[in-house]
Amino acid sequence: MGLLSDPVRRRALARLVLRLNAPLCVLSYVAGIAWFLALAFPPLTQRTYMSENAMGSTMVEEQFAAGDRARSLARDFTAHRRKSGALPVAWLERTMRSVGLEVYTQSFSRKLPFPDETHERYMVSGINVYGILRAPRAASTESLVLTVPCGPDSTNSQAVGLMLALAAHFRGQIYWAKDIIFLVTEHDLLGTEAWLEAYHDVNVTGMQSSPLQGRAGAIQAAVALELSSDVVTSLDVVVEGLNGQLPNLDLLNLFQTFCQKGGLLCTLQGKLQPQDWTSIDGPLQSVQTLLLMVLQQASGRPHGAHGLFLRYRVEALTLRGINSFRQYKYDLVAVGKALEGMFRKLNHLLERLHQSFFFYLLPALSRFVSIGLYMPAAGFLLLVLGLKALELWMQLHEAGVGPEEAGKTPGSSPPHPPTQGGEHTGPRQGLDGAETGGPHLPGTTAGLHHPHQLLSGLPTGRQHGACCCRHQALWTPAALHCPAGADEPSSYTPGQLVPVAGASGSTALPGRGLAALPGRTGPGRAGASHLRLPALPAAGSGPLPLLAALLERALLEVTEAARSSPRSLLPRK
Amino acid sequence: MVDTCFLSQGLTTLAGLLLLPFGSLAASQIEDQAEQFFRSGHTNNWAVLVCTSRFWFNYRHVANTLSVYRSVKRLGIPDSHIVLMLADDMACNPRNPKPATVYSHKNMELNVYGDDVEVDYRSYEVTVENFLRVLTGRIPSSTPRSKRLLSDDRSNILIYMTGHGGNGFLKFQDSEEITNIELADAFEQMWQKRRYNELLFIIDTCQGASMYERFYSPNIMALASSQVGEDSLSHQPDPAVGVHLMDRYTFYVLEFLEEINPASQTNMNDLFQVCPKSLCVSTPGHRTDLFQRDPKNVLITDFFGSVRKVEITTETLSLQPDSGVIESSYKKDQMVEELMEPLKYAEQLPVAQIIHQWSCMNVRVGL
Repeated sequence: MGLLSDPVRRRALARLVLRLNAPLCVLSYVAGIAWFLALAFPPLTQRTYMSENAMGSTMVEEQFAAGDRARSLARDFTAHRRKSGALPVAWLERTMRSVGLEVYTQSFSRKLPFPDETHERYMVSGINVYGILRAPRAASTESLVLTVPCGPDSTNSQAVGLMLALAAHFRGQIYWAKDIIFLVTEHDLLGTEAWLEAYHDVNVTGMQSSPLQGRAGAIQAAVALELSSDVVTSLDVVVEGLNGQLPNLDLLNLFQTFCQKGGLLCTLQGKLQPQDWTSIDGPLQSVQTLLLMVLQQASGRPHGAHGLFLRYRVEALTLRGINSFRQYKYDLVAVGKALEGMFRKLNHLLERLHQSFFFYLLPALSRFVSIGLYMPAAGFLLLVLGLKALELWMQLHEAGVGPEEAGKTPGSSPPHPPTQGGEHTGPRQGLDGAETGGPHLPGTTAGLHHPHQLLSGLPTGRQHGACCCRHQALWTPAALHCPAGADEPSSYTPGQLVPVAGASGSTALPGRGLAALPGRTGPGRAGASHLRLPALPAAGSGPLPLLAALLERALLEVTEAARSSPRSLLPRK
Repeated sequence: MVDTCFLSQGLTTLAGLLLLPFGSLAASQIEDQAEQFFRSGHTNNWAVLVCTSRFWFNYRHVANTLSVYRSVKRLGIPDSHIVLMLADDMACNPRNPKPATVYSHKNMELNVYGDDVEVDYRSYEVTVENFLRVLTGRIPSSTPRSKRLLSDDRSNILIYMTGHGGNGFLKFQDSEEITNIELADAFEQMWQKRRYNELLFIIDTCQGASMYERFYSPNIMALASSQVGEDSLSHQPDPAVGVHLMDRYTFYVLEFLEEINPASQTNMNDLFQVCPKSLCVSTPGHRTDLFQRDPKNVLITDFFGSVRKVEITTETLSLQPDSGVIESSYKKDQMVEELMEPLKYAEQLPVAQIIHQWSCMNVRVGL
């Protein structure tokens, strides 16, 4: 006999597994942690590269030079804002129109669910202003977005000034193949979400917003800009979005190439690129960056206005200008040139960004780890659970080798586990004997080799259930028998319903002797709910029999139809 | 007085006798020149220039094709004898910062689009099927004349193809491809239909040499920009336009062709050396085994230009029938024809056989 069908060898295997299980679990756990930490080191990280052909390796020369205009516009914006207290909508409309854009506004309001229910809810309302630069020679089928979120606490006026100056510069170029939308939102993320919902004609957050008057086609990419002052020492890029979603890596690669080209200092998670890979500092810093990114993704917050764009599959980034204590400062022209270059390259796109990775971790700005390389770490951690389950099953199996099932089920044609045959019989006999019933507790035969043999004995009509069952059998071995074998008659009281964790209720079939319980009602267990299953042992028999009975149900769907076999079962001891 | 007459007559005769060898020498020179006049067997030139890739970042393929078009037109082939197939419109692409221009040199030195470009197959009309139909002449009767290759057996045809390719195929329009076997068969069809006298095939793609490996028709010379396993590289990016402008091989071919004028005697061997590995990074290749003449006797203008040869002579000369070039090409076919038995039509519906079979079958069945 084979390794798994021979009961002696099976028992030896079970004992081996039990002995080795604890060290294996520890090893797997340690391997998972170690793999995760090793992600920061060079062999597992790769250098970033541009995957999209259309945004290829060629550079474009930037010609933006209107730094002064940007600053004066920012000053005006600040003044008007201070005067009006909220976003100076009229001034923005006027300025955008003078630059040459098509200007539209959108008002929105939202009742926040906090501070609390008893008091009057806090109503937030605002107006978004956006201007569309139409592509001079192309149909308006696609667009790019440059958004500047303005909130009551972060005025972001320098970014508004830069955006308007860039709009004026872009308006003078004729090489745009996509429309460009310049969006100023009020109340930060609320305004952005209102605009996005209205643009895509959905309503997922219950925001009341006026519909958009002007539209520009499918958005291919978006950049959100936050500047605190008119000189920056570094540009920080934020990629994590709502629910941990990330933009396509090509967008980050694009930003990084323009950082390199313009000589800008660019940071990720506020950290510079590790320069020194030979000593421990470099890898340590990249481990820190990696963990920070994991934590930020795990928090689920959108860490910038870009995070809300990602839900609509619009690749987006947030660029934050940081002004810290460094000698070398970049003015608005440098930031403007980087943005101009990025937009010009995005203009070359023919399709949405799809060539590069959507799931990745960044130990540094120019290095990434793809999902294929960081998944094994999670896999190792989950392997511990699998090993534990295997150990549990083996323990139950070992415990249940002795006592035998006896008697038949009081009811008629119950779904009983087919694997009854005693230890000496093969599963085929177990199939045959399935109908003779009773709590043929899935006895001694191991469930591992059963599924295919069970399947072969099934009528075709049952195939679906059988397949499902097979899947389940592999996962939760069905060949468990109820350790309370001696209690059988009592444990199969007809009509007894035992509350089972995870069972979504039971349907009693009065015509039958058994209470029918729905199949494993966990997600992913399709097709089992219509099958009748034996009642579980009395709740008082302890957790282990309960568990065993639960596990026993894995094979029960299979056996339901195998009742026409004439051969008798149960070579019992 | 009579003496002077006799003396002058004698002098004239002597002069004539002395000049006679010179005369015969001159006569043989003229015959040599006449010989040269008909050295190549062609009387007209055609060009089929194909760019197979679309999208803005394949700007360089369009620029390649247009630069060959420009040279070919400059050297005399008229638009009516050029079939230009461009898979995408770069000059009027919304991303082009200088509309209506296609540059081949950076800093906008050379606009190969020009003022009078005539594109015959444009955009989505450039397909494998259309290309093969153009070559073989199996074209629906409604096709305008400018889209046809109306060549005859005295035509020298230049075929230039560029785009993305691989080992044994060339990609058309990002959705289909032509294999080297199909191309070789198309050329064989052209040969059998007597659609060319000599054919020069130039290809500038990655692994271009694989495209001419399968040719088996006579009178074909082929050049490629790279060998199997090598990539053809692009030449220079232009930051104002934002794309690579040309491919290396065609860039140097263009520079070479700019030196040629209709009267130049540069031959094919110079074209083979036009881009050494140091400039091109890939290894250009060529194939001349199917070609009857020696490449060093083949002028560049035999294929790239349409040269109206005019020679002014004052002597008379008697023309001999043309040398063995044409005869040898047809002789083999004629011999093959004589050996075969005369052809006759096969019966479309062999009624007798059918009836016979049917009756046999019935007998077996026992009817």
